[in-house]
Order: sequence, then structure tokens, then C-alpha cells
Amino acid sequence: MSMTMTQKILADHAGLKEVVAGQLIEAKLDVVMANDITGPMALPIFKQMADHVFDKDKVVLVPDHFTPNKDIKSAENSKAIREFSLNQCLTHHMEQGKCGVEHAILPERGIVVAGECIIGADSHTCTYGALGAFSTGVGTTDIATGMATGELWFKVPSAIKFVLKGKLQPYVSGKDVILHIIGQIGVDGALYKSMEFVGEGVQELSMDDRFTICNMAIEAGAKNGIFPVDEQTREYMDKHSKKTYKEYVADEDAVYDEVIEIDLSKIIPTVAFPHLPGNAHTMDEINNDEKVYIDQVVIGSCTNGRMSDLRKAAAILKGKQVAERVRVMVVPATQKIFVQCIQEGLAEIFVEAGCAFNTPSCGPCMGGHMGVMAKGEKCVSTTNRNFVGRMGDTEALIYLASPEVAAASAIAGYIADPRKVGE
Amino acid sequence: MKANGKVLKYEDNVDTDVIIPARYLNSFDAKELASHAMVDIDPTFVERLNPGDIMVAGKNFGCGSSREHAPLALKTAGVSCVIAKSFARIFYRNSINIGFPILECEEAANDIDEGNDVEIDFDSGKIYNKTKNKEYQAQPFPEFLQNMIQANGLVNYVNEKKRG
Repeated sequence: MSMTMTQKILADHAGLKEVVAGQLIEAKLDVVMANDITGPMALPIFKQMADHVFDKDKVVLVPDHFTPNKDIKSAENSKAIREFSLNQCLTHHMEQGKCGVEHAILPERGIVVAGECIIGADSHTCTYGALGAFSTGVGTTDIATGMATGELWFKVPSAIKFVLKGKLQPYVSGKDVILHIIGQIGVDGALYKSMEFVGEGVQELSMDDRFTICNMAIEAGAKNGIFPVDEQTREYMDKHSKKTYKEYVADEDAVYDEVIEIDLSKIIPTVAFPHLPGNAHTMDEINNDEKVYIDQVVIGSCTNGRMSDLRKAAAILKGKQVAERVRVMVVPATQKIFVQCIQEGLAEIFVEAGCAFNTPSCGPCMGGHMGVMAKGEKCVSTTNRNFVGRMGDTEALIYLASPEVAAASAIAGYIADPRKVGE
Repeated sequence: MKANGKVLKYEDNVDTDVIIPARYLNSFDAKELASHAMVDIDPTFVERLNPGDIMVAGKNFGCGSSREHAPLALKTAGVSCVIAKSFARIFYRNSINIGFPILECEEAANDIDEGNDVEIDFDSGKIYNKTKNKEYQAQPFPEFLQNMIQANGLVNYVNEKKRG
């Protein structure tokens, strides 16, 4: 056999010994997830196929996008998934104030683990590949079908292998790695493919770094991103989950479309300029250019709202003040992270520096609420997309960056190099 | 099945945030979504579009979020088909699942201009540019997906399978 890690997981879930790239299969699903945008739309479609979900342990509905409900229509949408979740007696019932952003809460609650086949009606569902699972984003009809039948059709993807070596420099993190990669291969550089991350450099990346990297696989067009399971992954799953998991390793003779080596030690802080995540500029380039003055900073989201992200931002903001013309939204990704920020004194650091410290939500990432941008405004954001109109007015400009760059920029008032804070 | 219409042409990487901006996603009413289609990069799209018109675009059409609201908005607005060099994978799935015709054809995407009169024969995958009197051949769908399209989408396919 010569299968990639992704292909082996898909083969097992399709009940096949072997699959090849391009093959169309029907695979069994371990977790099916939707949110308050995609869930309500899926319910009438689900009802055309079934009265009950295929397995109440495996279907999860997360109210996180327009919550706390931003308007009446959003309240109706949250209500629809809440009632469905309660009526169907879903094991993992999620509610505002008790959960968080979907792609942070599912790993944190141990709902997703290695070796699983997971779909979510949200494009950033690829996040869970960090745990060694096959996980991909789908649309509403797909998710309704998954909820009803526990199966879905897939085209088996080919893969690009990223061989990581070396160790990240201080003030460089997973976000810089993935922005660097998307800058290199382009926003369709991995279209329909898996991005498989391997090599000795993997062990140097924290789980939070891996979640960030897999989260943005879709921004290169990928079907999924995936990391092998190592001691860190096992430790994370043992701490967060009671589920049994299965470890997969790619065959030694697996065929890849491309093999790309990434030397982690050479990556420097990187920012994606408007209006594509692939429009990457290194901080060295930025330092030589004219300053980009900013109006807003967002630190949070399914990409970078985890504990280590907030710790890194707080370390830079501690004892400093946010620039006068800048407003900062800090949005912890889950309730657990929120309370940990309080316990560790991070909340105080953020608030004393002049940041708004908000309740877990997708919030401003997709221009929903809690930080919508006006015409001509510029924002440094730790989120994942900088498309036209993504965070508000079509003439607002979004610069995607790490929590370290976001925090340094908040203090400076322009896009700033975290390596130079304190100089 | 055939489509016939005038072409509205777009560049690479038309993302789902511009096909239907997130601020309208508090609704999934197809007509309401359709009324806002493409507004952020083409504010007169809905006014200019006649039922049956065809969109032609570059690579990676429909990249970004998984919102099925995007193909639904275009379908309901009256677009009969999108021809592109390539499609983002979730948009591709969503379109098939709701029975919205899309075709991958690099040659057609390069050659067809804004306003051209185009006819499409979905059974053969042939695209005929009446304005330029030229024909292009699109990638046919694999059989499995053809069956799904013939069943008029995934829901019917699943229900037919259940009935055996």
C-alpha cells in the first residue's frame, strides 16, 4: 500500500483496504458539526431525510458566529439550533456562556480526537487536523445529510507534503508559518488537496501552533491539513478527552504531488496584506516600507484565540498602553480560556493597557458584530480572512497577523515588529 | 439540459464573502440572499442580470467560507451556470448538492468576454460562444456526481438510496 495519512483515515472510514487520489467514496462520520449560521439552514433539509440524528453523541451545534445574538434574525437562528439540540437530546449541547468558538471548543471538550473522520458546516473545520484527524469543511446540504445518515461522499484528495525542520525564533509562531506557506503556494496552491505536515520540526510546534496552521489550510484551498500524532498530541487528548483514538501514519512510499521543505528557524513575523491571505509580506519588508497606521486590532478567533495566543499578546502588552488612535478587541475563544485569562492576570493586563476584553464569539472576524469596521479603516487582525468587506465596509483594510504582531501594533499604532518592542 | 445567456465576467479568487457578504447571513431566505448577490464587488449585478445569464471567472471561484448561501444566492438570482478555470472545493460540493450547474473549462474562461452570448449543453459539456462562433469542451463530471445531479441533488440521492 502507498497511502498518505489522510487517505488511510478515509479508506478505513469507507471500509476499504485502499483508496487512491481522485476516487469517489462514501465514508462514515465520527463528528458532524454546524453553527448558528449554517445549522438553521440545514434543519429543513435534514427534515426531508430523517426525524432523528444518526447518533446523538456525534452531532454538535455551536452558537458562536452572531452570538450573543446580534439582532432579532440571529436570535431566531440561535433559537432554532438550541431547540433542535435539546429536542434531539444531543449529548454535547452548546450554549452561549458555556461554550465558545466551535473550532476551539470541540478539541477543548475532547469531542474530536485523532483518527476520526469529521465534517463541519464551516470552512475552518480543517482545524482538527492538528490532532491527527481527517477534518473538513462542507456546506449546508452536506451537513444535513451527515446529521441524518452519518455518511458522506468524498473525493479522495492527493497531497502536498510539508517537511518541517528547525525551531521557531522568539516572537514567531504558527500564524507566521501558515501565512508564510500560503504566501509561497498561493490561495489555491493546495486546491482539493491535503496539506500533510511532517518532519522533525513538528515536535517544536505547540498544539496551539498546530491548530492555527491547520485552521488556515483552507486559505490555500486545501481539503484538509493534518499533523502526525506525537507525544504532545497524546498528552493533549489524554487531558481533554475520554474517547479512544487511533493513530495513523502515512506509508513510506506514499505518493505526493509535491514535497516542500520549510525551515522553521528562517521564518520571520509575516503579515497578509489586503485582500488575500496569500498576500504575505515579511516584517523585514514591512520595516523598510512606509508605516501602515491602523485603527483597530483584533486578537482572538478560531485561528488565534487560544490560551498561548493570549499569553503571547499579554506578555507584549503588559505595562504598556494601546496607542491613542487605536481600539483593541481581545476575544478569548472559549469560556475556559476566558476564565483562565482572569486567573492568570491576563484580563487585567489587557484592560489596563486599554483593550476591550470580550465574551467568546466569532465576533468581528466576519463583520458580524463586536468590532465592525468603517470605510477606510485599517485593522491588524489575528483572524484568517482579509477579503473585501469581510469585517465591515468594503473599503476597510484587514492585515492578518500573529498575536505577537497584533499586540506590538496595538502599542505602536502602526503595523509593528514584535521583535523590536522594548527597543 | 441547456443554458443560454449573456456573460458577466470576473477575475480570479471570487470569494464567498463577496458573493454574499456575511452581514446578510442572518437570513437564509433564498430571494433575500439573491437580492444582495455580488453587491460588494459589483453593486449593479442584480439589476444587470437577466434570468439565464452565465458567469465566467478565473481560478478558485467561490473560495473562502462554506456558506451554501453563496451558490443559492447566485442560483436564485437567475444565474444559469458558472464557468471558471477552477472552483474552490466547498463551493463545488455545495453547487452539486443544490443542483446549481458549474463547469470547469480554462479555455472558455480565458476566451469568453463580458457580454458574449453563450450556449451550454450540460450533457456533452460543450460550451458554444455565439458571439465569437467558437466552441469549448468542459471537464465532464464523474459518473457518481452525474447520478447525483440527475437525482436533482444530494437530498433526493440519499432518499432514493434509502428506499433502495
